[in-house]
Amino acid sequence: MKVVYPHMGNLWICVKAMLEYLDIEVILPPPCSKKTLMLGAKHAPEFACLPLKLNLGNFMEAAEMGADTIIMAGGCGPCRFGYYAQVEHAILQDLGYGYGLVVLEPPEKHIGELITKIKCITSNRSWLKVIDAVRFGYRKSLAVDELERMAHYARPRELEKGATDRALQRALRDIANAGSPAELAAARERAEQIMHSVALDRQRPVVRVGVVGEIYTLLEPFANLDIERKLGGMGVEVDRSIYLSEWVNDHLFMGLARKARSSKTAKRKAVTYLGHFVGGHGMETVGNTILYAEQGFDGVIQLLPFTCMPEIIAQSILPKVSADLDIPVMTLVVDEHSGDAGMVTRLEAFVDLLARRKHNGRAVYRCTVI
Amino acid sequence: MHGYLGIDVGSVSTNLVFMGEDGNVKHSIYLRTQGEPIKAVQQGLQLMQAALPAKTKVAGVGTTGSGRQLAGVITGADIIKNEITTHAVAASNVVPGVRTILEIGGQDSKIIILRNGVVADFAMNTVCAAGTGSFLDQQASRLGIDIRKFGTLALQSTAPVRIAGRCAVFAESDMIHKQQMGYAVPDILAGLCEALVRNYLNNVGKGKEILPPVVFQGGVAANSGMKWAFEQALGMEVYVPPYHDVMGALGAAMLAREATNRKNTSFRGFDTAERDFRCTGFTCNGCSNMCEVLEIQESGRVLARWGDRCGRWSNITTREEKIS
Repeated sequence: MKVVYPHMGNLWICVKAMLEYLDIEVILPPPCSKKTLMLGAKHAPEFACLPLKLNLGNFMEAAEMGADTIIMAGGCGPCRFGYYAQVEHAILQDLGYGYGLVVLEPPEKHIGELITKIKCITSNRSWLKVIDAVRFGYRKSLAVDELERMAHYARPRELEKGATDRALQRALRDIANAGSPAELAAARERAEQIMHSVALDRQRPVVRVGVVGEIYTLLEPFANLDIERKLGGMGVEVDRSIYLSEWVNDHLFMGLARKARSSKTAKRKAVTYLGHFVGGHGMETVGNTILYAEQGFDGVIQLLPFTCMPEIIAQSILPKVSADLDIPVMTLVVDEHSGDAGMVTRLEAFVDLLARRKHNGRAVYRCTVI
Repeated sequence: MHGYLGIDVGSVSTNLVFMGEDGNVKHSIYLRTQGEPIKAVQQGLQLMQAALPAKTKVAGVGTTGSGRQLAGVITGADIIKNEITTHAVAASNVVPGVRTILEIGGQDSKIIILRNGVVADFAMNTVCAAGTGSFLDQQASRLGIDIRKFGTLALQSTAPVRIAGRCAVFAESDMIHKQQMGYAVPDILAGLCEALVRNYLNNVGKGKEILPPVVFQGGVAANSGMKWAFEQALGMEVYVPPYHDVMGALGAAMLAREATNRKNTSFRGFDTAERDFRCTGFTCNGCSNMCEVLEIQESGRVLARWGDRCGRWSNITTREEKIS
């Protein structure tokens, strides 16, 4: 059995660790690229959102490399993503690919349901080993998220342009290469040292922006046109509202790790504006915007793939949140376009606006100059 | 004479403004970009040099618009700024106290909300180009009307026809339908203006508080029919500044004035127009992203590269660019 799963940012590091810990062969498709999108867009229904097209492209590229079984997350909310595993599988079958399919869905009642699904893949390996593997994968996601957070802090403050990104790539490689829990601990320490070695100007004034929205577009840099790096380069410290480890803990472990930041806080916050679940991360988007405002962030950017229903609901609520809590919010819709000029213009203008608000006209342009 | 040069390279038009020390426009040029931004900038520089007195000294250059990076590299700009900021800067200097800017250009439209002289909010059209200059252009030529007469004709209307404005495709088929039913052309044009204004206010101006004074700028502001339709819909006076079509360039010139404060300009001179610039694109095979990298060369020497995600190519020539 050669297993493949779709790309979503650094998800591959964690899932690969988990599966290889169980001696399951993993086929890693090349990172999302224009070719991936081209393949996906050609065979996907036109009205589907960007994640489906990219997933499909991933699977087609992996098939060329010999993959025969798809592992994918599912869901049971109003968001279409819940059916993407089945839809993609059906499209692939029509195209003549002979893929097997295992859908990992948030357990309805008990974490045992998830374990059963995993058993489909792990067959006769011991339960203990499986649990160990899941824990190993989760630990990796914690390490990766920590590195990303450090990069978010470092990027706007780095002395040499690009130093953070180079360090992050090296650090992530270290984490990805760790083959056992013991190695991981050492790798994590090394990786954090690499990140610390980036020379920073800690006094530099930066603006802080929270990025909220749909999980796939938040996590996959190809889908969001590398928004975190772009913002970092403009002198913005970014915080992302969803990190992989938090999502895993909330949705797959049902909050087993108690210390981790949970989306429950955000959902409780959202209730004033949006009283019930609307699918996807609609409630989290509203709630996190409120949280960012309360934490003194300078602005919030909402990201969504074109036609994403839960986020469209959130989008129509955000202007009210923005006015009530006096925090600028901008919405960016991503789709198949790969040209980023339009996005850069909007980001630049938004960052200008935030900087001017923050510094109250000092040291930056006031509009009246003459 | 000392002054500052502002260059706005948009998708449809390339505008140049030469602003004197006093902030007044000495000369402005409006050209069609026609898909060749480098040529347009060079042609603009030539025309500008010819129009200015011989002893004119350029003390600073600013570029803006979607082609701002390219224009910035070839002219040696002191500041490269996005069009939202430049439009806001220009409008608040031309109309002090402005609180709302409506801007409709060739391919995009935006609204900028200012409070107490700073940008408080803005929006740009995202997924739809209905209501922008190119659509009006297209409809005018379909009806065989000179785009410059569009406004005056629309103002002759006594009973504007209602036209669906949600989508350019709906608008066009509705217009054809009304035209075949026999409605007068001025009534159709006025109806079209009303429809586009409705579309703009619903899509771009969605949820924004539009307070006077309102400034209407961009190429479409030349269309008096659109100004009339905005005034009808908003119930307030809409002001179209004299240099409404080059406000982005004017703002860039104003920012250049600030950027060169106690600093020499990096302007490469008007002879930029004669230099040989060449743009070549290639696909990087470093990874599966297969970025389309663009390289700008001046007589064989690489000036800049961009388009790569990882910085492998662009970092080699990265200029120190000041941000915000």
